[in-house]
Amino acid sequence: MGILEVKGVGKRFGGLQALGDVNLSIEENTVHAIIGPNGAGKSTLLNCLVGKLIPDEGSVTFAGTSVLGRKPHEINQLGISRVFQTPEIFADLTVMENMMIPCFAKRDGAFRMHAIENMEHEAELIAKAEKMLSDVGMLEKKDMIGSAMSRGDKRRLEIAMCLVQEPKLLLLDEPTAGMARADTNNTIALLKEIKETRDITIAIIEHDMHVVFSLADRITVLAQGTPLVEDTPDNIKGNPKVKEAYLGETQQV
Amino acid sequence: MFGLNKKDTTFLLIVIALTLFTPILMQPFAEGSGLAQFNGGYPDLMQKVAIFGIFAVGFNILFGLTGYLSFGHAAFLGIGSYAAVWMFKLLTMNVIPAILLAMVVSGIFAAAIGYVSLRRSGIYFSILTLAFAQMCYKMAYSVLTPLTNGETGLQLSLDDPRVLDGASEGHSLPVTNIFGLPMNASYKLEALGHVFTFNVGFYFSAVIAIIAFYVAIRLFRSPFGMMLRAVKSNQQRMTYTGLDPKPYTLAAFVISGMYAGLAGGLLAAMDPLAGADRMLWTASGEVVIMTILGGAGTLMGPVLGAGVIKYLENIFSKINEGVLHQWFSFLPDGLEDLVIWIFARFTGEGWHLTLGVTFMLVVTFLPGGLIEGLKRLNKRIKGGSKKRDKYDDPDPEHRPEPGKHVA
Amino acid sequence: METILLQLLNGLDKGSAYALIALGLTLIFGTLGVVNFAHGAIFMIGAFCAVTLSRLLSLSFETIDPTKVDFLGNPAKIKTPYVEAWFGHDFGGALIDWAVPLAILFSIPIMIAVGFAMERGLIKHFYKRPHADQILVTFGLAIVLQEIIKYFYGANPISTPAPDAFKGSFDFGAMLGFDPNMIIYPYWRLIYFGFAAVVIGAVFSFLQFTTFGMVVRAGMADRETVGLLGINIDRRFTIMFGLAAAVAGVAGVMYAPILSPNYHMGMDFLVLSFVVVVVGGMGSLPGAVAAGFLLGILESFASMNEIKAIIPGIDQIIIYVVAIIILLTRPRGLMGRKGVMED
Ligand SMILES: Nc1ncnc2c1ncn2[C@@H]1O[C@H](COP(=O)(O)OP(=O)(O)O)[C@@H](O)[C@H]1O
Ligand SMILES: [Mg+2]
Repeated sequence: MGILEVKGVGKRFGGLQALGDVNLSIEENTVHAIIGPNGAGKSTLLNCLVGKLIPDEGSVTFAGTSVLGRKPHEINQLGISRVFQTPEIFADLTVMENMMIPCFAKRDGAFRMHAIENMEHEAELIAKAEKMLSDVGMLEKKDMIGSAMSRGDKRRLEIAMCLVQEPKLLLLDEPTAGMARADTNNTIALLKEIKETRDITIAIIEHDMHVVFSLADRITVLAQGTPLVEDTPDNIKGNPKVKEAYLGETQQV
Repeated sequence: MFGLNKKDTTFLLIVIALTLFTPILMQPFAEGSGLAQFNGGYPDLMQKVAIFGIFAVGFNILFGLTGYLSFGHAAFLGIGSYAAVWMFKLLTMNVIPAILLAMVVSGIFAAAIGYVSLRRSGIYFSILTLAFAQMCYKMAYSVLTPLTNGETGLQLSLDDPRVLDGASEGHSLPVTNIFGLPMNASYKLEALGHVFTFNVGFYFSAVIAIIAFYVAIRLFRSPFGMMLRAVKSNQQRMTYTGLDPKPYTLAAFVISGMYAGLAGGLLAAMDPLAGADRMLWTASGEVVIMTILGGAGTLMGPVLGAGVIKYLENIFSKINEGVLHQWFSFLPDGLEDLVIWIFARFTGEGWHLTLGVTFMLVVTFLPGGLIEGLKRLNKRIKGGSKKRDKYDDPDPEHRPEPGKHVA
Repeated sequence: METILLQLLNGLDKGSAYALIALGLTLIFGTLGVVNFAHGAIFMIGAFCAVTLSRLLSLSFETIDPTKVDFLGNPAKIKTPYVEAWFGHDFGGALIDWAVPLAILFSIPIMIAVGFAMERGLIKHFYKRPHADQILVTFGLAIVLQEIIKYFYGANPISTPAPDAFKGSFDFGAMLGFDPNMIIYPYWRLIYFGFAAVVIGAVFSFLQFTTFGMVVRAGMADRETVGLLGINIDRRFTIMFGLAAAVAGVAGVMYAPILSPNYHMGMDFLVLSFVVVVVGGMGSLPGAVAAGFLLGILESFASMNEIKAIIPGIDQIIIYVVAIIILLTRPRGLMGRKGVMED
């Protein structure tokens, strides 16, 4: 049984069936890519996993616990971190503060009234945050304000914020969308390193096939809200059904 | 020192020094000189500055850090005053129990009102807080008359029990005191043609204000303060980082409500009288103005704003046409009348017009408030000699970019 | 039954005023995305338009009538309003008497001009600013407008009577077949309600049946898309602001006989109108109207002695209590749409 089990999940928006009977099992310590054309329901599926949306039917279990009905912050505390399609960081705060917040969340839980403590005394957390920043190569930018960074840096920061929490499952929604080639390659390298050095399961939504085939252990193809096939990258490459539904279309892009 | 870093410690020490020497600093003009009317060094005004400084500093913990704009904070000011006066009536004229009760009661009200109002954000939140404050105001005039004494306002009377003080002798109302030292006692010092007044009430408020300010610095610099700024910056990211923004915001709301209650208690300690007017929405608007004028989200801004507003209010309200005639007598007659007419619209009775205009100008042209203005000025004076990027400014005090969920 | 009907009727005039102000607030909010704290001041300026016109019409000159003496023995001075001198006693007198309804015509251009000036001069610069800034700057503007009115008209309420024909009350109950003297209702309140109904109907038909209205409704639903279609929304939104100002203005004009205008009446009504807007659902025009009447009528019921005997003081706070309950149970208000002001 996988660390994440999605069974029979469906979600409607008014008359639109965004997801229908989605079954998905993600094995621990693998990279599982979810691909599919625009509007296939990939982001919606992710939203159902992190509590942003509540599926109309079906079940989602993470490490044996159901996530349905839990609030987003509770789901995160279970060990799921998410990177958004458009980078979500604390734009008014410095890079270092952006890193400290997930550190506190990991250590102290959803709420703690640490109003008298001094930030400067949290040496352990500071060291942890700085280590993570240097891992993603952003240490020299630690005093920059979030909003002043490039899109690629914001994305890297967001990934770092998720990783510093040492999540069991990392969800990435199109992490390289809109990135320059060099940035994309950096991101691939970063994710590869994470995959090799940490105990972590990654689910990644991605349009860029280069990224998908460099990282994924398994691939699920989603079309019109339902999984079309699930297989290894090599088999997916050769699958005519997938070509028809998806690959042919994006290869030209 | 005090658990602060060096920069903050220096800052706090300067604030303490400024506060303690206020009776001298605010009295720069010799008695009898033409400018004496601009002196602000009398106890009544200085106390108000200290008290409204506390009110604004507390408001800023909510608005400046989390971005939630409450339009009903005056309710807690009023509740604090009522609680304090009740303490004077029932227990003792010593101000300590009174201000403690004021904080506790307003804290309880803030918890209840905040719990409900914080279920919504943005404009809904502003209007909910406004509605709650208006409700308190109306109730003080109607249902709660036994507690508030309705339109007359809650006052001391000779036959109050005051169990700790024992039977009151004499036929005059007792005065508020701190362990026997009357709040209205003053020591007047005449030197160099200046008259300086050192008043117990002022020094009491000043010490409380310093403590309140110190707590605010600690809070701003704490992880909790950072979480509050995170609430303002991006609540979505916060929840997906495993943090629950609700209790953080509620805690900020209660703390700022207690600051308001403390300020209300101190107002009652200066003058043991509480009326519902203190809860009117215009009073809520006033603290918003103070905070914005000084600079929301900065430490010093709210104090500066409170000082400027209270000082100007005092000075402007005193300037009548007679004074204006003195000033402009050098002008030719027709011009003199015109200038006086214009000035008269903004002074004396026209103080509120000045307030409204100031407010519009500040929000339009200087959304960062006076602190931001001072910083810009400072930068301009230093000029291009040291080209400084706004991001390598070592001051961790952030200029509040109003968050997107802000009302 | 009679009491219920009576309270219902009593709530109508206040409800009408709430509905009219809330309608304008919602129009401005829905189209421009601006939270306008100065909208109450517009209502107040409307009421003072009525005061002004009634004063203008009563401007008089003095003549000395040597045939009469006053009580001091001096020749009596007689004041004659100019309009009576110009148009004759009867017609001139009627003009003065009908000052309030006439003020509607008088006020519309003024209010539209005020609205345009506000939008072009101030609000326009705040579209991209956070809601907090919008609230704060319009709050400052409200204070300024209020103080200006106070300077010219003083701090005391100015009684501004309705035309003689509509003064007093009539037995509405008897007309409907109830016992006589059970439901006595002032004429003017009924007129106010009818007037509000007409204005609301006009605004809705305007939005429903004209292309202009269609674009505005589309803009309220999805501002960006309409902007992308290349339609110049900004100009239309300026007009919208003028329209909202005119609605609040005439609401104020007609309210003058019910509540003698004073300089702070705008803010008193604004606070309640905001509550109305929130209860109705931010951005929902029918919601604003429904909530306006609902809250006006509830307020009137709460002021019944029977109710006050059970819960003393409830009439003062009923609106807030209802607002709080509704917001907690239906966070979007009665008819609020998803996604309006939620992030
Ligand atoms: N909150 C929502 N309300 C209504 N429709 C939505 C919502 N979110 C997504 N959809 C619709 O659901 C479908 C799937 O969207 P999405 O999951 O974002 O696709 P993908 O990420 O695969 O490109 C799309 O047609 C989209 O328009
Ligand atoms: Mg997507």
